[in-house]
Amino acid sequence: MSTHLGMPTVRPMPAHAPDEPLRWGQPFPAAAHDTLRDTQLRANLRTATRTIRDKRLAVTAELPDWEDLRDAGAGIKASAMAALPELLEQLEVSVQARGGQVHWARDAAEANRIVTGIVQATGAREVVKVKSMVTQEIGLNEHLAAAGIQATETDLAELIVQLAGDMPSHILVPAIHRNREQIREIFDARMGDAPDGLTSDPAALAAAARAHLRARFLRAEVAVSGANFAIAQTGTIGVVESEGNGRMCLTLPRTLITVMGIEKVLPRFEDLEVFLQLLPRSSTGERMNPYTSTWTGVTPGDGPQEFHLVLLDNGRTRALADEIGRTALHCIRCSACLNVCPVYERTGGHAYGSVYPGPIGAILTPQLLGVGETGVLDPHDPAASLPFASSLCGACYDACPVKIDIPTALVHLRDRVQHPPGRRARPTVWSVALGFVALSMRSRRTFRWAGRIVTVLSWVLPRRVRRLPFPGSLWTASRDLPPLPRQTFRDWWSAR
Amino acid sequence: MRIALFTTCLVDAVFPQAAQATVRLLERLGHTIEVPAGQACCGQMHVNSGFQAQAVPIVRNHVRTFAPVLEGEWDAIVGPSGSCVGAARHQQAMVARRGGDEKLAGLADAVAARTYELSQLLVDVLGLTDVGAWFPHAVTYHPTCHSMRMLRVGDRPTRLLRAVADLELRDLPEADSCCGFGGTFALKNSETSGAMVTDKARNIVSTGAPFVTAGDWSCLMNISGALDRQNTGVRALHLAEILASTRDDPWDPDPGLGGAARVGARTGAR
Repeated sequence: MSTHLGMPTVRPMPAHAPDEPLRWGQPFPAAAHDTLRDTQLRANLRTATRTIRDKRLAVTAELPDWEDLRDAGAGIKASAMAALPELLEQLEVSVQARGGQVHWARDAAEANRIVTGIVQATGAREVVKVKSMVTQEIGLNEHLAAAGIQATETDLAELIVQLAGDMPSHILVPAIHRNREQIREIFDARMGDAPDGLTSDPAALAAAARAHLRARFLRAEVAVSGANFAIAQTGTIGVVESEGNGRMCLTLPRTLITVMGIEKVLPRFEDLEVFLQLLPRSSTGERMNPYTSTWTGVTPGDGPQEFHLVLLDNGRTRALADEIGRTALHCIRCSACLNVCPVYERTGGHAYGSVYPGPIGAILTPQLLGVGETGVLDPHDPAASLPFASSLCGACYDACPVKIDIPTALVHLRDRVQHPPGRRARPTVWSVALGFVALSMRSRRTFRWAGRIVTVLSWVLPRRVRRLPFPGSLWTASRDLPPLPRQTFRDWWSAR
Repeated sequence: MRIALFTTCLVDAVFPQAAQATVRLLERLGHTIEVPAGQACCGQMHVNSGFQAQAVPIVRNHVRTFAPVLEGEWDAIVGPSGSCVGAARHQQAMVARRGGDEKLAGLADAVAARTYELSQLLVDVLGLTDVGAWFPHAVTYHPTCHSMRMLRVGDRPTRLLRAVADLELRDLPEADSCCGFGGTFALKNSETSGAMVTDKARNIVSTGAPFVTAGDWSCLMNISGALDRQNTGVRALHLAEILASTRDDPWDPDPGLGGAARVGARTGAR
């Protein structure tokens, strides 16, 4: 038995619980300044993202029709978004026909009120939860807690995040920022029934969580889930998962409440054929995930006898109005883009200040908050920095199973941030500098002189430039200036 | 062939050696090079920074300058930069369309269809992999994101490099990882960019090659800046500079640079 001395040292990450799950903390560069210094985090992320990257490449390469599947996925999503109102109404009718109840929520507050009301009507003081991004997005657990209802996350990583008081830092593996020694500390300090002498052996940690959760599965009367898919034609809802906790939540309690973003609807049952191939291979790098649960309304005498479907908008209609940005709604939350992103790999998810981190978060979060056609997000809002948190390397686009052109959406949203429709943008150091540069770049005459300024600098600057004042310091922080030429190319060419 | 050189603004003003090498290489291969005087910039920097309206006049200038290719003035346009050719192919029409200029958008697409990145021109249009170059050094190659993912140049650059006499091509670990440049990203997210280029530099140094090459000086500017900062002694040079080098006219380590050039010129032959 190992001995662990001292007080429990569990500190939540980030340090302060955010008020808004979609918008917390500082603008990306400032947040990244802090997370980049966490060498443990960077080591964790480097190992984890690389492992999953290689697994994904291996299982996607073995399918001869992988590119066709991606095209099919993109096509189905595009057509579903084009017919979203009709599909949602069809879904409502289908679910009701099978004994389910459907609720419409315009925003997070409305969704939270609806879920809390349903739980209160059952008299339960406790709910078990299947891992779900959308309930993270609306801050459901905190809202239920305020109403005296204890929600327990039953996905292992989500449980770790909940016990630690953290925010998730990855869509699929929300506790990727914690290593096993930290997890042991979290269980030891925060999980009431953690066994004495718990070690950081992964099997021991999983067993402790399993025992902790089993008791809750067996006594829970209400479960809350998200949805990976909802089939308009049949009213069938689907959840894919790895641990079996979802299956327990979806089958044991008497009442099941599913909260889903309206963009999750698919037209036909056959569409699952495409997505059940795309999703597991892209997310966990598996040919198939271990547990796939689908249910349609209520089946008398089998499983939950009361089923509620909460359809959440929360900015999605706003995103849908944006011709380019709307592709963000095609996302199936596989997180492949996070795992291949060189920015995410170094900054981690918390730098994005949203429950949706990484490349997809950089285009989804600002749109849910209002960067887009209607432009209600202030350009100085921290979330407005997200479209700039990318080197536009394009690895995300190549990895996306539904071919979301994230780089193009990023470039588009950058323009929306700099030029909010119907609002006069305040001049910034960037707009002034780039405006000046633009003037020199629209004709040969001005550009010839701009080039000559560079060559003049080659005589003026010292032999090696290692440090410049701001804003040049942003470059010289980690790089020298290049040696400058004595003559521009066009002057060389003219003189030739 | 009559080929128009799309110099790109960065190469014109800061890295003329890449354009000079492109001219030397293509002339040696028997082609006529012209440098349309009206050119300035492709507009990529403004588009990627969120200033698409400001980019419209820049795009217009570029498209007008190179439009004579459509009347047969030149057989092709070549640019020694994956990202600038990528901008011509994938951004200019979009920017023009957004600016409400459909005519310019159509023209931009037509001109872009005749615009090639250097390795594409050599391999696809001219049908060459061995250009008769000589470069007696170990070299590692960074593929650059826009060449790789936007233009899909694939293995064309490495096929060209493998055909260079006496050149030893060393595999770069994590080659497909971005170097962290990203235009104004390098400034706006300076620290994240710095973390990325530090890893890139470490991978380059791990090959032991004294030279790193790529098809784009914008990425190389970032990479060589980090390599110089860390005093690694590794020199960055453009693919065109290697392909232009022959036994009779070998690569010049000091191509008319300013005082700082001496820093980079320390790497001699093996």
